[in-house]
Amino acid sequence: MPIAFSQGFTPHPKISYASAAPTGVGSEAEYLEIGLQAPVDPEELRVALDAALSPGLDVLEAVIAGPGSLADRIDASHWRLELPGVEPAEAEKAVGAFLDSSEVLVERMTKQGRRSFDARQAVTRCEVAGAPDLPSEAVAVPCAIIDLVVRQVTPAVRPDDVLSGLRVVAGLEPPVPPRVTRLAQGTLTAQGEIADPLDADRVDVGIGER
Amino acid sequence: MSVSSVFPQLEQLLPRVSKPIQYVGGELGAVVKDWDTTTVRWALMYPDAYEVGLPNQGVQILYEVLNEQEDVLAERTYSVWPDLEALMKEHGVPQFTVDAHRPVTAFDVFGLSFATELGYTNMLSALDLAGIPLDSADRDESHPIVLAGGHASFNPEPIADFIDAAVLGDGEEAVLEITGIIREWKAEGRPGGRDELLLRLARTESIYVPRFYDVDYLPDGRIQRVVPNRPDVPFRVAKRTTMDLDAWPYPKKPLVPLAETVHERYAVEIFRGCTRGCRFCQAGMITRPVRERSITTVGQMVKEGLEFSGYSEVGLLSLSSADHSEIGDMCSGLAEQYADTNVSLSLPSTRVDAFNIDLAQELSRNGRRTGLTFAPEGGSERIRKVINKMVTKEDLIRTVVTAYSNGWRQVKLYFMCGLPSETDEDVLEIAEMAHEVIRAGREAAGTKDIRCTVSIGGFVPKPHTPFQWAPMDRPETIDGRLKMLKNAINSDRSLGRAIGFRYHDGEPSLIEGLLSRGDRRVGQVIRRVWEKGGRFDGWSEHFSYARWVEAADEVLPGFGVDLDWFTTREREELEVLPWDHLDSGLDKDWLWQDWQDSKSEYEQDDCRWTPCFDCGVCPSMDTEIQIGPTGKKLLPLTPVNNLRVPA
Repeated sequence: MPIAFSQGFTPHPKISYASAAPTGVGSEAEYLEIGLQAPVDPEELRVALDAALSPGLDVLEAVIAGPGSLADRIDASHWRLELPGVEPAEAEKAVGAFLDSSEVLVERMTKQGRRSFDARQAVTRCEVAGAPDLPSEAVAVPCAIIDLVVRQVTPAVRPDDVLSGLRVVAGLEPPVPPRVTRLAQGTLTAQGEIADPLDADRVDVGIGER
Repeated sequence: MSVSSVFPQLEQLLPRVSKPIQYVGGELGAVVKDWDTTTVRWALMYPDAYEVGLPNQGVQILYEVLNEQEDVLAERTYSVWPDLEALMKEHGVPQFTVDAHRPVTAFDVFGLSFATELGYTNMLSALDLAGIPLDSADRDESHPIVLAGGHASFNPEPIADFIDAAVLGDGEEAVLEITGIIREWKAEGRPGGRDELLLRLARTESIYVPRFYDVDYLPDGRIQRVVPNRPDVPFRVAKRTTMDLDAWPYPKKPLVPLAETVHERYAVEIFRGCTRGCRFCQAGMITRPVRERSITTVGQMVKEGLEFSGYSEVGLLSLSSADHSEIGDMCSGLAEQYADTNVSLSLPSTRVDAFNIDLAQELSRNGRRTGLTFAPEGGSERIRKVINKMVTKEDLIRTVVTAYSNGWRQVKLYFMCGLPSETDEDVLEIAEMAHEVIRAGREAAGTKDIRCTVSIGGFVPKPHTPFQWAPMDRPETIDGRLKMLKNAINSDRSLGRAIGFRYHDGEPSLIEGLLSRGDRRVGQVIRRVWEKGGRFDGWSEHFSYARWVEAADEVLPGFGVDLDWFTTREREELEVLPWDHLDSGLDKDWLWQDWQDSKSEYEQDDCRWTPCFDCGVCPSMDTEIQIGPTGKKLLPLTPVNNLRVPA
């Protein structure tokens, strides 16, 4: 694909990632912008990128970017946190305590060193979801599932910060690393839903035709 | 019986380790095949971290050659960092391949490529994690054949206890022959078990099976003889040579790493072998004769490799790339084809002469003149005669000045310290040379804004070279000389400021020397070091000299020898060397004569342009020099912006 490159001594491909998911979590909703040197049919681009990427990294859709930056259209993320080995009731209690607090201070190592910040304010939804569709052989192991919506703030509040918050307020300690998946990201509506950031661009024209 | 992926167990551990992406596989170019429909299965390892191992050309070539066979499956495995190693031990996750995350122990062959001896401790970690007994003698039919390859396998004696077999030389045809032997043996119902399979490999006369050879020692610690302990294996094992590189245009589908690696480029070998005759250079000695890949094959490989991978850098590799008979046309042809693209071309390993600058100019048409590298190797004219690196100080200054006056601002100079017969003065001359380079360069460039980096490494005598008999200097001597050199460079502050100085301590070189020229007794030292926690010995932050010295002191006195005996001791002409039964094609008498010539500072020409000097390789290996020119040119390509989506 004719990727555009930055100017300068060491040109870099023009790719920018909008609020990339942290290492070690799954995601069904990552977005990136690519600058091209020449018009390309979005579907052709999608197929080419998908072919070059690893199995499990699927490129679902490509659209021509309209005005404004992608980052401006993303202000919240929807996450699913699976906690194998945790009873839903126990998770329910911890989530209740978390939501009842006006502030939950957690700590994380950042590039600037260890810092302490509030993990509560950015959370707009946190609830224990109903029983998951688990394969029959897994039924014996309890698994709490938390449905989480977090606004984008600085410093970023990530799912593991919310999990730290649950430990701080209720001593919730999952026995194995939780499995975290980003389900969606985009603009947080007044109703607390997340609007797809590509909606505005999803019109049926090819690159270069507008 | 199918083999399942260990990924579900591994995935639990990944959030807790550094750079987990290096363990997930799925790169562009990676191949995952069905286990059950294949008959011969290889796990290929480069025994270092993913970031170093993935770009390795040898592994990529064999991976592709093997996977092209319908009933053969090859997957890759790399060393895991100590953080993951500890977790894998704790949770019982075995050494795995990154392709399909299958346990290494399930494969038929566990092949390790040793570019350097410093990977030996990592092999032990991998065997241990895989659940394969460290000692070859303790393995049974349920375990893979542990096979060593790469340059270090020209003396595999220090790891003789740990490997089942070793291949010397080029691997393309060897892996197919080994595959054939295993396929047949399995089809016959594995007659005679593991021993029979190893015997069949040994009977090829080009696969070394250490267990079929006994080593006897003299009372003074030297080797008395190495002889087969059964009548049906050869006295000497010969290296492999792949002739006609045009018939083996690999890698065609280069791997594109997901994690950051040391080289991110499409590397094309433009020729193999070198007869420049640098006496320190094991690669040049053991890969003879010179076999060129033709300009048209190189052009085709570059085109297809870039289309497949999307790399934006191409490296034209060899041991002395400017020596290719068609290098001028190759460079100008490629530069022409990729002129208006983001593809950059590089030509590592070049000589010190003006022709080199012409080539570099061709390759940097897009205007990027980052830096040029030259390797005079020795600081004084005298020592360069000793090592047969035929370049005069005037040549070097003239070449570097040409570079500066053509727009380059940065020149790197490579040297070695600790060369045979070296004195303080030989090393101090490096400072004079660097000063003169800057002085003349400033004048030629008309600016003070030029730089030169002096990079200096420790010399390690290697098997199958004229220096295989040479004594090493003690690390204190090396470190002392490096300190003197540093002071001398900075003795002139104005010039010194424009000169960067990079060096390696003498201690790792001494240990590399122990492993390079060691015999089977050194295996016990490797084992002790590994038991004491030795890992990643090629990494300064992991390497511990004290640990190696301690292990050597525990083990070697029991054999009546010590670390110095293996490293700083000069060998006599008639001493049996641990690798004498391994045939690189080089005539030992010729090597000895070249060692004597080195002492009398006599220079040896290159047999590509002067008559054969009887090193012995071509007649004993039934090979010949294969060089051009073919007279062909690179045809213009269709424009690269003519886009197509791969099916």
